[in-house]
Amino acid sequence: MSATDSTEHTRRDFLYVATGVAGAVGIAGVAWPFIDQMRPDASTRALASIQVDVSGVEPGMSLTVKWRGRPVFIRNRTEKEIEEAKAVALADLKDPIARNANIAADAPATDIDRSAGEGKENWLVMVGVCTHLGCVPLGQAGDFGGWFCPCHGSHYDTAGRIRKGPAPENLAVPTFEFVSDTVIQVG
Amino acid sequence: MSAGHSTYTPKTGLGRWMDARLPLPRLVYDSFVAYPVPRNLNYAYTFGGILSLMLVAQIVTGIVLAMHYAANTEVAFVSVEKIMRDVNSGWLLRYLHSNGASMFFIAVYVHIFRGLYYGSYKAPREMLWILGCIIYLLMMATAFMGYVLPWGQMSFWGATVITGFFTAIPLVGEWIQQLLLGGFAVDNPTLNRFFSLHYLLPFMIAGVVVLHVWALHVTGQTNPTGIEVKQKTDTVAFTPYATVKDAFAMVVFMLLFAYFVFYIPNYMGHPDNYIEADALKTPAHIVPEWYFLPFYAILRAITFNIGPIDSKLGGVLAMFGAIAVLFVVPWLDTSKVRSAVYRPWFKLFFWLFVVNAVFLGWLGSRPAEGIYVAMAQGATLYYFAFFIVIMPVLGLVETPRRLPNSITEAVLEKKSSAGAPATEQAKG
Repeated sequence: MSATDSTEHTRRDFLYVATGVAGAVGIAGVAWPFIDQMRPDASTRALASIQVDVSGVEPGMSLTVKWRGRPVFIRNRTEKEIEEAKAVALADLKDPIARNANIAADAPATDIDRSAGEGKENWLVMVGVCTHLGCVPLGQAGDFGGWFCPCHGSHYDTAGRIRKGPAPENLAVPTFEFVSDTVIQVG
Repeated sequence: MSAGHSTYTPKTGLGRWMDARLPLPRLVYDSFVAYPVPRNLNYAYTFGGILSLMLVAQIVTGIVLAMHYAANTEVAFVSVEKIMRDVNSGWLLRYLHSNGASMFFIAVYVHIFRGLYYGSYKAPREMLWILGCIIYLLMMATAFMGYVLPWGQMSFWGATVITGFFTAIPLVGEWIQQLLLGGFAVDNPTLNRFFSLHYLLPFMIAGVVVLHVWALHVTGQTNPTGIEVKQKTDTVAFTPYATVKDAFAMVVFMLLFAYFVFYIPNYMGHPDNYIEADALKTPAHIVPEWYFLPFYAILRAITFNIGPIDSKLGGVLAMFGAIAVLFVVPWLDTSKVRSAVYRPWFKLFFWLFVVNAVFLGWLGSRPAEGIYVAMAQGATLYYFAFFIVIMPVLGLVETPRRLPNSITEAVLEKKSSAGAPATEQAKG
């Protein structure tokens, strides 16, 4: 060490630092594609939106369709279910946010904001994935007559809002629209 | 090996030639023939050898199964059924591999409890213990990904729940989950990468096992008294004494293994995994493999928010914390006495811990409702209290029993109290 023990910057110091920097940048540059390849690929991301004919879905009936590899629940709710959901005070909700991709991100979880909106309040469209750990809840089950997740016991009400159990959020409402009176486009 | 004095003397010309170029025979001789082991090791100390055997067995059966398996969601389930029905001896190889995983975990749990009971983690063996914890973590990752490969209902939903843990992480959770899955839900990309990693990880385990054995041979083995080796009469040579004892234990363990494979091959599996994966239908009751059940119970025990941490993140943190706490055990235990044999109170709390761990496992197999939730919360509390409260406090307040001066003295005391002639001398 004593031979190089000098305050002067030598050519060796320069090579040392330059090699180190080139190595670090090189490793980072090579590491990124290895991480990047793990992300959802183009074919997965390009999954087109789906159109669903709901003309045959009478009040009290549900439809489960597959979208982006996950189930989407489409339910034509009965009057009784809508009344029950409307009767719940916002303060009683574990998650007071609507979680509806079609409206403002901080909209409250009122029944109208969870449903398809004015005039279509009977329609409820939700990603059928429990917000706890991703199981598919069972329909018209649980303590609140909505959905019940059998995995860890989360209960959702008739508007798909979490009421009891470990799930932190209401069932997510995906982007969707009625392209005609009887056809829903999800995504 | 570590002592620095090798007693190996090559006897043949070829042996001397080799020794001067690549002294591998010397390494083997010093590590597994002449290596001194405490003379009082009991059968609880044979599980390290059994674990090495199980690792080799899993790698061998796994490589063969990979020759017949196809990691694609279209055909994965069918290819496993093909192994069971069409491939010659395929049923045997698959049952050996699937039951082998359970046997591996039985052995590792005995090994870990042995380490806790005899205080094997205490200085100077902290690195040895930590390497063991890393092996255990790698084993869990390997077993989890292996269970996904048959692409049954439990495979699919187990993968969904476990990768769902990562969504509990604030901000980056969803991104990490998508990175793991290669999509928005468990699908073909997930199966492909899990197969690749399931093939890789056992070799990483083998690498860490080499470090584990290396660290073991640097410090030397502990023994039931917890007293370090002090004199030559405290030890015997690895071969034949430990070799034969290990081999005998392996044979007995293989009998148990064979019983499961030939008589109850699906006892530790789950019938739902013989139904092909269906992304639209969750089984009524998702349970992980038995070896994850205690941690599953801890995950589900946190049903309440703790300040800013919601119940979901809390559950995930508690579950990972239950494993993470093992890493710091060497510093949590404040007792100067190593072995539970001389610690009456620790012995009591240790056996309570064992019972509690089994109880947690049972709770993990029950539905998360009613009285089970409260019981899981109590058991989780004791799990953590054992490490975080009992271990540090007991070391300070407990009065240990009198320690013998040496391993030799302990062995002779035991013999004389058992009625053997008290005049027997140490044989060395």
